[in-house]
Amino acid sequence: MLLNINNLHVSINGKEILKGLNLIVNEGEVHAIMGPNGTGKSTLAAAITGRNGYEITQGEIWFKEELINEMLPNERANKGVFLSFQYPVEIPGVSMTNFMRTALNAKHEFEGLPILTGGEFLKRMEEKKQLVEIQAKLNNRSVNEGFSGGEKKKNEIFQMAMLEPALAILDETDSGLDIDALKVVAKGVNALRSNDNGFVVITHYQRLLDFIVPDFVHVMYDGRIVKSGGKELAFELEEKGYDWLK
Amino acid sequence: MQRGKFDMNPSEKKYSILESALRNSFESSLSRSSNELTKVTEARLLAYEAFRKTGLPGRLNEKWRNSKFDQVSEQSYEVVSSKPTYTQKVSEIFQCSIHGFTTQVEALLNGWYYTSEKQTLRTMENGVVIGSIQTAQKEVPELFERHFGKIAKYNLHGYSHINTAFFNDGLFIYVPDQVHVEESIQLIKMVNDTQKLMINSRNLVILGKNSHLSLMHCDDSVNHQSSMINTVTEIFIGENASLDLYKLQNINNHTFLINSTSVVQQRNSRLKVNVITLNGGAIRNELNVDLQGEGAEADLNGIYLMDKKQQVDNQVFVNHAVPNCNSSELFKGVLDDESSAIFNGFVLVGRDAQKTNAFQRNNNILMTSTAKVDTMPFLEIYADDVKCSHGATIGQLDHDAMFYLMQRGICKRDARLLLMYAFAAEVAEKIDIQPLRVSIEDMVKKRLRGELSICEKCVLHCSTPDIPMEFEIDMSKI
Repeated sequence: MLLNINNLHVSINGKEILKGLNLIVNEGEVHAIMGPNGTGKSTLAAAITGRNGYEITQGEIWFKEELINEMLPNERANKGVFLSFQYPVEIPGVSMTNFMRTALNAKHEFEGLPILTGGEFLKRMEEKKQLVEIQAKLNNRSVNEGFSGGEKKKNEIFQMAMLEPALAILDETDSGLDIDALKVVAKGVNALRSNDNGFVVITHYQRLLDFIVPDFVHVMYDGRIVKSGGKELAFELEEKGYDWLK
Repeated sequence: MQRGKFDMNPSEKKYSILESALRNSFESSLSRSSNELTKVTEARLLAYEAFRKTGLPGRLNEKWRNSKFDQVSEQSYEVVSSKPTYTQKVSEIFQCSIHGFTTQVEALLNGWYYTSEKQTLRTMENGVVIGSIQTAQKEVPELFERHFGKIAKYNLHGYSHINTAFFNDGLFIYVPDQVHVEESIQLIKMVNDTQKLMINSRNLVILGKNSHLSLMHCDDSVNHQSSMINTVTEIFIGENASLDLYKLQNINNHTFLINSTSVVQQRNSRLKVNVITLNGGAIRNELNVDLQGEGAEADLNGIYLMDKKQQVDNQVFVNHAVPNCNSSELFKGVLDDESSAIFNGFVLVGRDAQKTNAFQRNNNILMTSTAKVDTMPFLEIYADDVKCSHGATIGQLDHDAMFYLMQRGICKRDARLLLMYAFAAEVAEKIDIQPLRVSIEDMVKKRLRGELSICEKCVLHCSTPDIPMEFEIDMSKI
């Protein structure tokens, strides 16, 4: 079992957003989480990745049989939790190369693997760039600075490819993407799917799920998962909206 | 009716320890320089009078309001130091290890020109005259007199007067017309004495028409003795000439440093300044730039990285007196612990200075709630067709960026370093000489990692920069 969330309650500034959420993700599975605005989808992503200000008041998050409730974001990341941000952050002055190299070194150090040489690292960058069809030279560009909306999302998937996480959470990766960019992003995700990793795909629209086909679809409402099903549930939601679930 | 202290008899006026020391030693200081040019002696007497009138600047003075220099006045310094004898080669004290970058080293020890040569002023093959300012006033009196005391005339205060009245020695450089000096000149100002010294040194740099020079001005303390370094540098940049000036400051935490640089720029001349302040008890950098000729450009930049109880004070004045000149100021700093920074940028645009472009920016990051910044970007404009802007920010590291980096597995310490470094890098990137930029970036990294906090040697020479990866600097080791 990759991820096991049990009765999770999360508050922001004392306001309860998640109200007893349960979710199990196994290796090799893709779970889609859908639901109207303000039901706590992004809060779930923040709680799993350990963002400051998201207080777990009750419940547990288990990752690879380990309780990660209190772990720092970088510790969770090193264990294999990855978040593709809804709004990737621009970091002027930090180049993509330095950023990725520092991140990869941290991961290798954590796993006890040898640090990649400069040459090996650059080769890996080139490989993974092709996966998401990034043509631009990333080396001397600052992280996300001046990137278009599509480039930013591609860059998230590129980073995922570089770090090869066990669990990837894609938080509205489809928002702000045209259909071509969406296909590229989906292609990248599909190429990374394997029997060893799992995905949690947060989205409003069924459209993304045409390209990243989920094994399970969950509907969130008011801080809980109120309905779960197979991929056909997504079509039903597209047709009927969310009102019938409230 | 009691009048109290207002009735005090002037003869009973109490002077601070430093002021008394200076008053008591002016005669002996003056007699020591008996063979100087009359003009210099006159300047010394006038400056001494001015100092007697104004005294040392205190906190009541607007431009010294937040300055720690009021602490200086109660220190006992040896104000007239004797010339040290030459015992050690400069290269034995310092080994330059900037990769691929050699400089012509000139040294001042305790304010005195320091060389093994008998000859203290040399004329190089390309006609450049370089050496002791004391020798220069004897051997090239016309050149000397044309500029000495005429450039440093703005924003004078007690310490500037003291400098003129008491300076013992300093560096003189003359670059003739049309001469492009290939090798950078590096002035290393060392302080090494068992006594607490007040050092007054004076530099004069003259660039002829169409000439170029890059000059590094390094302030270093060699031991842990506290001292007060008071330097005035006058620079004349002739028509269409250009000067790159790098100031590197890495002095011990007990040392006070005033580094006052005044520049006159002629038509179409170009000045680029990078002030890199890495360490020091209290450092005041004054930069007065007088744009006297049309088409002159001044690009003034600074980085300061302070911690503990250190203070850095950048006072920048740009005088736009004529049309079509550009000036820009970018000063950025990171302040940790209880350190403090002052930025006072004053751009004066005269009524004739149409088509002026003048920009000012000062950005600060406060790492703790006890660090402090006083910033005052300031424009005074009397012309109506100008483009000017000014701005200052004081903030913390971006929390969103911190989380983004940590989500990718980077630990908090490294994430902070990456962001602090990125913040400072904007200024470091402006350094044109690539090996120097690499070395300075390396120093900035080391400083941010806390590896330069005990600095007994010049950072330029003790640092061995990591060999950079071919595509850029390898930040992975931070």
